[in-house]
Amino acid sequence: MRLHLLALLAKEPAHGYELKQALEQTFGSAYPSPNIGQIYVTLGRLEKDGLVRAVDVEQSNRPNKKVYYLTTKGREILTVWVDEPTEGPRVRDEFFMKLVLAPLTGIADRMALISRQRRHYLGLMSDLNDLLARTEPDDRVAILLIEGAMLHLQADLDWLERCQEDLA
Amino acid sequence: MSVIRTVNLVKIYSGGAVPVPAVRGVDLRVEAGEFVAVMGPSGSGKSTLVHMLGGLDARTSGEIWLDEKRVDTLSESAWALLRRKKIGFVFQFFNLVANMTVADNVELPALLAGAAPKDARERREHLLGALNLADRADSAPGQLSGGEQQRVALARALANQPSVLLADEPTGNLDSRNTRDVLRLLSDVHKEGQTIVMVTHDARVAGLADRLVSLFDGEIVDDGRITRRRTGTAGEVIDLR
Ligand SMILES: Nc1ncnc2c1ncn2[C@@H]1O[C@H](COP(=O)(O)OP(=O)(O)OP(=O)(O)O)[C@@H](O)[C@H]1O
Ligand SMILES: [Mg+2]
Repeated sequence: MRLHLLALLAKEPAHGYELKQALEQTFGSAYPSPNIGQIYVTLGRLEKDGLVRAVDVEQSNRPNKKVYYLTTKGREILTVWVDEPTEGPRVRDEFFMKLVLAPLTGIADRMALISRQRRHYLGLMSDLNDLLARTEPDDRVAILLIEGAMLHLQADLDWLERCQEDLA
Repeated sequence: MSVIRTVNLVKIYSGGAVPVPAVRGVDLRVEAGEFVAVMGPSGSGKSTLVHMLGGLDARTSGEIWLDEKRVDTLSESAWALLRRKKIGFVFQFFNLVANMTVADNVELPALLAGAAPKDARERREHLLGALNLADRADSAPGQLSGGEQQRVALARALANQPSVLLADEPTGNLDSRNTRDVLRLLSDVHKEGQTIVMVTHDARVAGLADRLVSLFDGEIVDDGRITRRRTGTAGEVIDLR
């Protein structure tokens, strides 16, 4: 969550609760409901690392609140994060390792492994179908996220079929 | 009650130089209201299997039962009659009647099956509306895109509320928006109790099914339920890291 908070602070200084609201507004239901305690812990660590600075703001008849600013160092880290290419999800595949190594163990035949995995993926797809049906059309970030997950699953299934043709 | 049952169903194409065994001993049972997805690599016999179930291709040996009646022994004309009444078929390469309008293509099967003209029209209007095709009703199939023709074919197959909908890659030509309409319609008719057997490579469509049958080299290599597990918001279901 560190870099997400830095990105929000790059727009304007904010206190913890405002950051929670900003996450909710930006991501809709795509963000796994940000927990306020977790936000404060993360802000504390960012402060310790010198990426943000906290300023106490006095409030009449309430305890002071801390407003957080991005430091120059914080902005540098954020820029590096945004600028560098992001690792794709398919760089490591546990199932593929199982599939290749399975015959050595004598436990399972590849056809059975592939079939079970295919049904598992379709179960996930089914969840995503339900999720898409339940998501409000104006929750656009969430809809894009779901569509992305669906396309990844489709690719996984197509690849499973290739494995079946060549290995099973 | 089983809507479909096959016993050791075999299809060997023997027209060419060497006989091609396309389906090799399939035992399949589909219960009323079930949605079964059929998947498998190209050439594994998926089209051949559903064509046999719809009487569009003669079996080489084995039995086919539809609504507890043996049908593999029927004559071609008896099959034609049965199809009108009980089977909706969507082909991998849609077969629409070229010189009839979209509306008539969809209405005709219901009329042939003996539906009242008013009911047939209402059903047609409902289906074309659900598939976002209402404004194409008076077009000829040739004036439609591949995806539009595919949806008309689906509407036609559902027109007479068949005992079973047999579909071979019904979303092959659709973009994501149109696929969503098709998904919603399939999901709705399935909820209303429509039995469906559907060949598909599209994981979104297969994800609607209750059960997956995997074919490989003309044989069923896997047959089991698709289990759903996770609920929650997008952010909870999909890991953003
Ligand atoms: N009319 C025919 N004459 C001879 N062989 C045929 C005929 N139709 C299909 N086959 C062969 O039967 C096998 C199964 O074909 P089928 O069309 O059922 O495969 P499929 O699983 O539907 O493939 P795809 O995913 O490409 O549609 C293939 O080897 C195919 O070449
Ligand atoms: Mg086919």
